[in-house]
Amino acid sequence: MTRKRRRLYLLLLCGLGLGSATALSLSAFQDNLVFFRSPSDIAREAPAPDRAFRLGGLVETGSVQRETTPDGRPEARFRVTDGHSTIPVTYVGVLPDLFREGQGVVTLGKLGPDGVFHATEVLARHDENYMPPEVAEALKRSGHWNPDQGAPPPAATWNTLEPTSASGTASPGGRSGS
Amino acid sequence: MIPELGHFALALALALSLAQAAFGLWGAQRAQPRLMAATAPLAAGTLIAVGAAFASLMWSYAVNDTTVSAVVQNSHSAKPMLYKLTGTWGNHEGSMVLWVFILALCGGAVAGFGRRLPSTLQARVLAVLALVAVGFLAFILGTSDPFERVWPPPMDGQGLNPVLQDPGLAFHPPLLYLGYVGFSVTFAFAIAALIEGRVDAAWGRWVRPWALAAWSFLTLGIALGSWWAYYELGWGGYWFWDPVENASLLPWLAGCALLHSAIVVEKREALKTWTVFLALLAFGLSLLGTFLVRSGVLNSVHAFANDPARGVFILALLMLYVGGGFALFAWRAAAMAPTGVFAPLSREGALVLNNLLLCSIAAVVLVGTLYPMFADLILKQKISVGPPFFNSALLPLAAPLIGAMSFGPMLPWKRARLWPALQRLWWAALGGFAALLLCLALEGERIGPALGFAAAAWLILGAAADIADRIALFSRPRAALARARGLPRAAWGGAIAHAGLGVTMLGLAGMGLATDRLALLKPGQSASLAGYDYRLDGVGDVAGPNFSARRATVTVSRDGQTVTVMTPERRSFPLSRMTTTEAAIHTTWLRDLYVVLGDERDGGAVLRIHNNPLAPWIWFGAGIMAIGGGISLSDRRIRVSAPAAKLARGEAAA
Repeated sequence: MTRKRRRLYLLLLCGLGLGSATALSLSAFQDNLVFFRSPSDIAREAPAPDRAFRLGGLVETGSVQRETTPDGRPEARFRVTDGHSTIPVTYVGVLPDLFREGQGVVTLGKLGPDGVFHATEVLARHDENYMPPEVAEALKRSGHWNPDQGAPPPAATWNTLEPTSASGTASPGGRSGS
Repeated sequence: MIPELGHFALALALALSLAQAAFGLWGAQRAQPRLMAATAPLAAGTLIAVGAAFASLMWSYAVNDTTVSAVVQNSHSAKPMLYKLTGTWGNHEGSMVLWVFILALCGGAVAGFGRRLPSTLQARVLAVLALVAVGFLAFILGTSDPFERVWPPPMDGQGLNPVLQDPGLAFHPPLLYLGYVGFSVTFAFAIAALIEGRVDAAWGRWVRPWALAAWSFLTLGIALGSWWAYYELGWGGYWFWDPVENASLLPWLAGCALLHSAIVVEKREALKTWTVFLALLAFGLSLLGTFLVRSGVLNSVHAFANDPARGVFILALLMLYVGGGFALFAWRAAAMAPTGVFAPLSREGALVLNNLLLCSIAAVVLVGTLYPMFADLILKQKISVGPPFFNSALLPLAAPLIGAMSFGPMLPWKRARLWPALQRLWWAALGGFAALLLCLALEGERIGPALGFAAAAWLILGAAADIADRIALFSRPRAALARARGLPRAAWGGAIAHAGLGVTMLGLAGMGLATDRLALLKPGQSASLAGYDYRLDGVGDVAGPNFSARRATVTVSRDGQTVTVMTPERRSFPLSRMTTTEAAIHTTWLRDLYVVLGDERDGGAVLRIHNNPLAPWIWFGAGIMAIGGGISLSDRRIRVSAPAAKLARGEAAA
């Protein structure tokens, strides 16, 4: 084999590898990308019922109910809000240690036809001051919270707050755990 | 006083490294033996200086010196001594000092063990290592000073994140960094080879031990991190495709490709350009991992730093080293003439396939890791890429890789035929097929785990077939033992590492069959899962050294016989106002019983019970892989480098 042909083969092989990697990534992207949606996004445009996405916002104060399903498994019901809209969520499982009313939360799951979000995962970090970046972004977009002015106001007041009156106590900072 | 000494030592190391880089590059270019000879002592000096800085930082943690800002933020007098010491690298500043310390160790090792290297090559390698050290020392001194003082000193520190107070995580960063930074040596060898425009078998022989050592440490580091996530985070999983995990997997994949292609350079002097490229890539991905974790761009559980100045600095270093390396590669790679010729079906061909598939896997992981960041920056979309993406995109690449893994070692160099290899492997293939059928028969239609068991059997039996063939176990059984003793350690190491991956696959396949259930139990009630009964005896309060906990007592029985008593806990750390979940794990080697305590209500407690078949084998297999790497590293031909051996023979003749 001449040097030129060898190089051609090598390039072809590299192209094959890169090409198959790209094709596999793209086809997997098509089905498996998980988008982040805030409650307002869902109110504006409901996602397809068979598509998993991540819903994030604040857990509305006073909305958490813990129940037990008929087969003895613990179920939690709560509402996630970003100030404009609210989505009811059900989750069967153990809530994370730092799941609190009035704090930021990100959940993964699907929206049922009844408008209830069925979460398969509830993510909360190992630090009580942590605000998921997506949630912070969604809150800023809805005009309810300027992170520079301090911690977010209590979630229960969100649906009644005027967007400009958002202010709070001194921020403990946004360090995320571990 | 001690912290100032440490700070001074870091500055001194920066000056020494600058001199080392200048002397090495200039001396090798101008063929000045005295300048080149200065690089090795300078490397030793850098090692001593960085070691002194690291020791003084550790001392500050050990005595809980609250005038040092990093100690205040990350330590506390009530912490056990082990975690005071390991807390040194449990934060951004300290971990960067550890990074540079390991880099200095590598430099010292090249200076110490590399006496047989040609002097220009050694000088250039040490110079490139010094250049890397300069960048990171400047980063530490400029943006993340570990010795910064606070005045007035607070009464005590703020404590270390309790999730990090764990023996597994205490040693995870050093192992991981030994892997990351180990690839800086292969990078330095590649840059030196590009400058000289020459890559030969001897170069491959010098590079391979470094690639092997770095890869083995990285394997251990990743396994330890995965094991820690399994028992500490209490989610019952072992790998989450979290960007931080991917950041360590990427250099592992590139390093795995590198150590295989270095064999081809060493034995056949082929694939030279490609091997140099892989050496650049492995270190580039290590730096990328450091950047992703250290800059805080990911904002995942591991992100420590929130300071953009640091991110920009590391990004600049990444651009400088990787960009510079690849620019040099583009300019000089054509100078390296390939010599070894081989047919597509040969040992070389199999190793090319291995490289191709490993690099494709790395490309997919890279895309999946970085795409959410790009989507956020450019498309303004919040997207996450989770396990389903990686599983569906990687399976078509992993399957042929594993299929070829048992074939590769059976093929002769240069030109091979498929049939003889098939003849020696038929029983491994039969074993794989049997495992597939057995799993389908026992567990029903679970394709994924069944394929995993088949892969595990294929790999383990394939490695056994390879060894059996090499020692002629079946054709001449009498001489087998003698041949086994004479077999090069590299052959043993390779087979053991391949079998290790098989053992890991066994664990992965077993975890594919894992089941779990949630149960709200009152004391005295029980729940059953996979043939085991879990009875909640009660929940009580326990006090730990720096936490208080709620501890549940769960009696596990099978067919009326008590198996074990498990005590999952929820710990709350008043100092950092955090709660952690301590899963209780009982392992029988065939399965892990795994119980997590959830919230308490209605006079009972929520338990999450996992039944994880074969789980321990995942990390056990990784350990076997690392041992394989170590055995390969102890091979005679790696210890005795080629020119020195020739020299010795020449002397004997004279």
